[in-house]
Amino acid sequence: MRFRAKIVDLACLNHFSRVINTIAKLAKTCTLRLTVSKLYFILSDKVANGGVSMWCELCQGNFFDEFQMEGVAAEHNEIYLELVPDNLSRALRTAQSAKAVKIKLTNKHCPCLRVAVELPSLSSSSRIVTHDIPVGIIPRRLWNDFREPSVPDFDVSIYLPVLKTMKSIVERMKNLSNSIVIEANLSGEMNLKIETDLVSITTHFKDLGNPAWASEDGCQSSAQNRDLESMAEARIDIKKLQQLLAGQQVNPTKALCNIVSKRIVHFILLHEDVSLQYYIPALA
Amino acid sequence: MKCIVTGGNVKVLGRAVHSLSRIGDELYLEPTESGLSLRAVNSSRSAFASFLFAPLFFQLYEPGGRQPDRELVRCKVLMKSFLGVFRSLPSLEKTVGKCLILLKPRANRLVVQLHCKYGVTKTHNLAFQECELLQAVFDTQRCASTLCAPARLLAEAVVHFPQTLAEVTLGAGPGGKISLRNYVEDEAVPSKTMVTELRLADDEFQTVAVTPGSRITFCLKEFRGLLTFAEASNLPLTIHYDTPGKPVVFTLEDTVLEVHLVLATLLDPESDLQPPTANGVSHVPTPSDDFADDLESYMIAMETSAYEDGPSGVPPSPTFPLRTPRPAESDPEEEEEEGAVPGTPPHKKFRSLFFGSVLTPGGPGPAPTQEVLAEDSDGEN
Repeated sequence: MRFRAKIVDLACLNHFSRVINTIAKLAKTCTLRLTVSKLYFILSDKVANGGVSMWCELCQGNFFDEFQMEGVAAEHNEIYLELVPDNLSRALRTAQSAKAVKIKLTNKHCPCLRVAVELPSLSSSSRIVTHDIPVGIIPRRLWNDFREPSVPDFDVSIYLPVLKTMKSIVERMKNLSNSIVIEANLSGEMNLKIETDLVSITTHFKDLGNPAWASEDGCQSSAQNRDLESMAEARIDIKKLQQLLAGQQVNPTKALCNIVSKRIVHFILLHEDVSLQYYIPALA
Repeated sequence: MKCIVTGGNVKVLGRAVHSLSRIGDELYLEPTESGLSLRAVNSSRSAFASFLFAPLFFQLYEPGGRQPDRELVRCKVLMKSFLGVFRSLPSLEKTVGKCLILLKPRANRLVVQLHCKYGVTKTHNLAFQECELLQAVFDTQRCASTLCAPARLLAEAVVHFPQTLAEVTLGAGPGGKISLRNYVEDEAVPSKTMVTELRLADDEFQTVAVTPGSRITFCLKEFRGLLTFAEASNLPLTIHYDTPGKPVVFTLEDTVLEVHLVLATLLDPESDLQPPTANGVSHVPTPSDDFADDLESYMIAMETSAYEDGPSGVPPSPTFPLRTPRPAESDPEEEEEEGAVPGTPPHKKFRSLFFGSVLTPGGPGPAPTQEVLAEDSDGEN
């Protein structure tokens, strides 16, 4: 098992740091899956993390100048690591003016992801900062736990309003209630609601647009023969939603959510070369 | 004591107070003929800092009272209240033209007066306590390793460590590289902690005279405080250190200013395997009580000793008790001393620093055992 990668371009480095920062805000620990062409940050829906799950995918070619990996076997050319994304985020934070950053899988005292940062200095030789981030190697028999979750059979799919706007609303609502109701219909309307004994607040969004999902297998999605005006709703933990919104450091080119009535809300945030999916289960 | 600080020096004084506030809850003021000394020590007595401002730093400096026979009054004030006067450094720079510090022993007040723009005068009357001389016992001359670097280099080095990190290990690696790494406690699970190491080439330093392979571990918080001051004053910082367990001394020097920060260092893990046996001497370092005891005995010593007050009354230069292991001569007396080592120090494995109630050189000093509260271990050779 071998892995080494290098980033030289500062813009790529900053972009990569932003992605990692976002992940670090969403998950305390997560799984990093490395393949020849892609990196995945995965949080699978365990009860321990409140049933949320995350799937973040990026193309290595858009970030790394060098990227070499060798999995356990030729037919399973992948590496699954467990790590604390905050460690990686902290390591990259010190690399803001770096000349180069190398990431390497090592095994000295324990398996580590070594982030070596080359910083400019006043003398002829550069300053080198190395961060040894402890990782756990996930054995192959457990790989099946980390498969890409399928898009749920949703009732309504809708584009999200500007995330900053949504964030400031949700942050204010968070002070009043622990849960929030997201409801939307197929005519581009979405409402964010909180209800407590003292107060009910609803924020209405309209003309958001509903993405067209081509049904791949021809089977009817439950969204297809649905009344355009009727709302599908799910009540979710407001902290989880706020975390997702607060973690966004760059406005995604496309942001949408799929609501399965009373079961789950599935968020999809698309950047040019990064996609982030986040699942928040509905509260009972 | 009366002194007046003007112009940009007010801010320097303010920054010094900020730096000292990282160390302890009390600020010790000691007016001497060679300048005003501000000192602080932390509660576990593992960190000590002193800022000595030379008379030239002030527009006016009168260490003593009006009466020539009056002896110099040393006092301590609450750090919080003194820091309050200098809280906002930017506004200090913008508005304050002159700062007057006046010690009124009769009225039991330390008066700090800020003369600001538009004729505004802010007067702070602080309560103070007379106190013993606070002095850490150390000697930079005896330190085996010395490093000198622009403060900026070290400030840029420590930003790589998280704010919450308690201790950092400084080491001299092969090829003259100086390294800094976060200290990971023994109890911590290695597979859980991220280890960050920074390596600096020796040509980034102004002086590198270190024992190859030497390394020491010290607290980062107080060091950061000093770095902020050093960076703002644009002064090079010198680090003097010896073996693990012996204090590390950081110094800054200027024509009108002399700064010392003394930090305890962590004992080397290897020598820690054989914990020093505490025998005979009951200097168990539960600092508060022991210190009170020592203070009392010191006060008695004070009464019977003549305090030299005159032109020769320079502040006692920091001394380091001769307790360094000398392999050549090992007389039984010394061995006894070597045994007289405190048990486990209070906080982590840091040794308390060697605080003595030091008298002016020449004056009859108290018994040498009283000088040292908790002394350093010699059993690590």
